Amino acid sequence: MTSKQSYCTFHLDDLYFGIAVSQVQEVIRHQQMTRVPLAPPVVRGLMNLRGQIVTALDLRRRLGLPDANGERPPMNVVVRTSDGSVSLLVDRIGDVLETDEADFELPPETLRGVHRELIRGAFKLQGRLLLILDTERVVDQAA
Amino acid sequence: MEGLDEVIKEFLVESHESLDQLDRDLLSLEDTPDDRERLASIFRTVHTIKGTAGFLALPKLERLAHVGENLLVPLRDGELELSHDMADSLLSMVDAIRAMLGHIESDGAEGDTDYAHLIERLEELRHATADSLIPTSTPPAVESLTITGEIAASDDLAESIDAPGHVDDDDTHFELLDHVEHEEEIALHAEPSTTAPQNSGRRASQRSGAGGSRNSSDSSDAGERSNSLVDSTVRIDVEILDKLMNLVGELVLSRNQIVQFSNSFQDAAMIAASQRLNLITTELQESVMKTRMQPIRNAWSKLPRVVRDLSASCGKRVEVRMKGAETELDKTILEAIKDPLTHIVRNCVDHGIESPETREANGKSPEGTLCLRAFHEGGQVNIEISDDGAGINLDRVRAKAVEKGVITAEQAAAMSDREATNLILLPGFSTAQKVTNVSGRGVGMDVVKTNIERIGGNLEINSAYGEGTTLRIKIPLTLAIVPALIVKTGGDQYASPQVSLLELVRLDGTRAKDDIHFIHDAPVYRLRGNLLPLVYLDEQLELREPRLRQICDETINIVVLQAEDRQFGLVVDGITDTQEIVVKPLGRRLKGISTFAGSTIMGDGSVALILDVIGLAQKANVLTERRDQTLRGQSSDAAAERLSALQSLLVVDPGDGSRVAMPLSTVSRLEEFLTTDIERSGHFEVVQYRGHIMPLVRLGSGGMASYDQVEERLPVVVYGSDKKSVGIVVGRIVDIVQHDLSQDDGDAALPGRHVIQGRVTELIDLEQLVRSVCPSIFEHSAA
Repeated sequence: MTSKQSYCTFHLDDLYFGIAVSQVQEVIRHQQMTRVPLAPPVVRGLMNLRGQIVTALDLRRRLGLPDANGERPPMNVVVRTSDGSVSLLVDRIGDVLETDEADFELPPETLRGVHRELIRGAFKLQGRLLLILDTERVVDQAA
Repeated sequence: MEGLDEVIKEFLVESHESLDQLDRDLLSLEDTPDDRERLASIFRTVHTIKGTAGFLALPKLERLAHVGENLLVPLRDGELELSHDMADSLLSMVDAIRAMLGHIESDGAEGDTDYAHLIERLEELRHATADSLIPTSTPPAVESLTITGEIAASDDLAESIDAPGHVDDDDTHFELLDHVEHEEEIALHAEPSTTAPQNSGRRASQRSGAGGSRNSSDSSDAGERSNSLVDSTVRIDVEILDKLMNLVGELVLSRNQIVQFSNSFQDAAMIAASQRLNLITTELQESVMKTRMQPIRNAWSKLPRVVRDLSASCGKRVEVRMKGAETELDKTILEAIKDPLTHIVRNCVDHGIESPETREANGKSPEGTLCLRAFHEGGQVNIEISDDGAGINLDRVRAKAVEKGVITAEQAAAMSDREATNLILLPGFSTAQKVTNVSGRGVGMDVVKTNIERIGGNLEINSAYGEGTTLRIKIPLTLAIVPALIVKTGGDQYASPQVSLLELVRLDGTRAKDDIHFIHDAPVYRLRGNLLPLVYLDEQLELREPRLRQICDETINIVVLQAEDRQFGLVVDGITDTQEIVVKPLGRRLKGISTFAGSTIMGDGSVALILDVIGLAQKANVLTERRDQTLRGQSSDAAAERLSALQSLLVVDPGDGSRVAMPLSTVSRLEEFLTTDIERSGHFEVVQYRGHIMPLVRLGSGGMASYDQVEERLPVVVYGSDKKSVGIVVGRIVDIVQHDLSQDDGDAALPGRHVIQGRVTELIDLEQLVRSVCPSIFEHSAA
C-alpha cells in the first residue's frame, strides 16, 4: 500500500496547512519577542527558546495574507531547517494528521506567485484541503 | 623532570605518541603485510626518532632506532616481507625505545640496559632470507623478557614478569604461526595474561597482539605510565573545546539570570549561593578560554623563514625581531591572522625595506629590521609589524589613485595624509613600480583588512616617508564572550561591544541645547574641542523619524564610540549597565543587516541585538569617506560636486570684531591654551602640545603680538598633524556653518570676502597662511 505520513497541521486565515512532523521541533505558545529593526517585515522578532535564539517569521506576511486582527496571540511552530530552528507564527494549531500518499496532488497550474513557490501540494481530505508547506522555501532569504 | 630541557620534553611527548602509533601500525600491518604506505609511515617515525636521538646525543637510542630502520628499509622497498618474527622484534624495539624514554624522563639518562641481543636479532632478520621466516629459536621472547624485567624492576613489580601466561602465550604464538585462521584461539590463550598484574599484562597483550589479539593493549597501557610526562598533556579535538565553550557560554547566561534573580530576594543564603556560582562560573569561563589560548609564537614561527627566503630572492638583508611572542590569544583568531600576518610581512620585505645599497646611500645600516611586537592592552591583543624601510610615499599613492580613477585630482589634493594612507587598503591598489612574484599585484592589503575586520579587529597604518612603516592590528582576545554595554532605545535593549566604547557623556536639557550644534541638519557635539558627530540610534534603526533640528530639552545620553579611526556619539534613551554577553550569530535571513553583529540572551531571558559599531557608523555615514562613495559605484564627479557646493566653514573672530572663515576640513582640532603656557623660541611663540612643540600664529594682527602677562584662555585652531601642527590663535570661535561657496564667488572688489550669516566674512586658506608664516612645516610632507 501507499506510505502514510504524519503532518502537524495549523490554521492560517481560512486556510489549512500542514508540515511534516519530522520537520517540526516543537509547538509552543506565544513567546515574548525582541523586534529586529531594519529586518524585512516577515521577521517578527527573535525569541529565546531555552538558550537558543530563534527567528520568528510571520507566516501570514510570508504568504501575502493580511495581518491577523490581533484577537488572540499567534502560536509558534518551531521547524528545523538548514538555517537552524525557525519559528513560524500561525493562527491556531490543529491536530497531527496521518495522511495517505494517494490523496496527494501537486498544486494546480493556476496557483501563482508566492503560493506556488511555497506550497508543495495538497492532500484531499474530507471537505477540505490540507496544504503542505515547503519549509525550506518558507524560511529562505527571498521576500 | 623540572630540569628537563624544553626540547627533550617535547621529544618525549612526541615520541610517546608516535610509539603508540607504531604499535598500532605494526599490529595492523600483520593483517596487510604489503601495505607500503603504512610501512613507509613506520619507517618515517623510526627515522625521526633516530634523527632526534642523534641530535639530542642519546647514542643507545640512536643505535637501536638505526638497526630498526635498517630492517624497515628492505621491508618498505618490498624486498622482504614482514613476518611475525620481524613484527615481534620491531615491537620489542618499540618497547625498548619506550623503556629508554622512560629512563630519560626520570633521570635524564638512557639507562644501562643492554640491548645488544635485540640489536643482533634485528640485524639478523635483515639478512635473513625468505625461507628462514619461521624462527628456529626464541630469542625474541627472551629479549622481551629481559627488557620487561628492566622496566618492571624499576616499578617494584618484578615478580609479575614471569607470569606463566606470558611464556605460554609465546609458545602458542609460535606453534600456531602458520595457522592464522586460529586467531581467536590465540586470543583466548592470551586472555589470562591480560588479567595478570598490569605491568606484565601490558607486555603480554602486546605479545598476544602480535599473534592476533589487539583489543586489550589500550586499557592496560595506563598502569606503567600513569605519572609520565605524556599524561600531563592531552590532545583534544577542537570541536570538543568549541562545545565546551558554548556550554560555558550558556552557563554564563544562566549565571547572569540567577544573579539578577537573587538580587530580588532578601534571602542571605540564596545570595551567598549565587555569589559562589558567580565566582565559579567566572573561573570556569576563564579556564575554558585558556584551553583555547595559544601563544602568538605559533603564528609567527614561520615568518623568519618567509622573510629569509624572500629577502634572499630580493637581494635584501633583513633581520627579524620578535617581542612578546608568548602573548596568548584564541586559537580561532590565531588561525585567522596567520595569513594576513604573512601577507603583511611579505609586503614589508618586498616594498618596505630597501636594497642594501639604497639603505647605505640613505645613511641607514645595510640590514633592514622587521620588528614584530605583540602585547595585551585593554582586553585586546595588539600586534605591531614595523619596518625601518622606505615608508609609504603618499604623493605616489595619491597619484596612483588618481591614475586609477579611484579619486579625482581635487579630492587627492584635499585628502589628509591619513586618508591617503588608507588608500592602499583599497582593492586592486598597488604602488609597486613593478609586479613581482611576491607582491605588487594589488591583491592583498584589502584582503588583509577584510580578514582582520571579520574577526572584529582593525588595522592601522602609520608611515613616515623614508623612515619606515608600522602596521598595527588590534584584535579581540576571544570572540565568543565579550563585555558589552547595554543601552536602551525605543523600549528595547541593545548590546554594544565595549571594545569600541570610549566614554559616556550625559547632558542635561540646558547643556544639550548649548553644546549641540548643527551642521546643516547633522548634530555635532563639541567634546573637549573636538567635533563629535552625533548619531541617534532610534533614527538609524528607523524606529522614528529623523529629528532634524528639533532637539527638545530632554536629557541626552551619548555613547562615544570608535569606528575604525573615527569617533562618533551614539545617542540612546538610556544606559543600563555592562555585562558579559555571549555572542550568537543571526540567522541567514538577518545576516544582511550590517547594523547588527549578532544577538545575545540577557539576564532576564529576553533577547537583545548586538550592535555592529562599524556597520552602524557606515549606515550613519560617519565612515563614508570619499573613497567609500566611489567604491560603491557612485560617480566620483557627483561626489566632488556635492563637496564643492556645500562646505562646512569654521567662523572665527580674529580678535578685532571682524569675521574670518576657514574650511572645517582643514581644521584638525580646536584647543584652548593659557597665555602663561606660551613660551618663546626664536621669533616664534610656541606651546607644548601633545608631546611636541607647536608654533603659534596670531590671526588678528598677522604678526607676533605679545600677550599681556595676565592669565587668559586663548582659543586656538590647530592645523596639521601631531608632529607638524601649527596653532592659529583667534579671538573667539563663533560658529560652524554650512555654506555654498560655489554660488557666491565672493565680492569682486574684495576677493575672498563672502557674506556668511549676514556678515562680511573673509575666507582664508589655512594652508597658505601657515605656509607663509612657517614654511618649514611643509618640508617633509611635500617631499
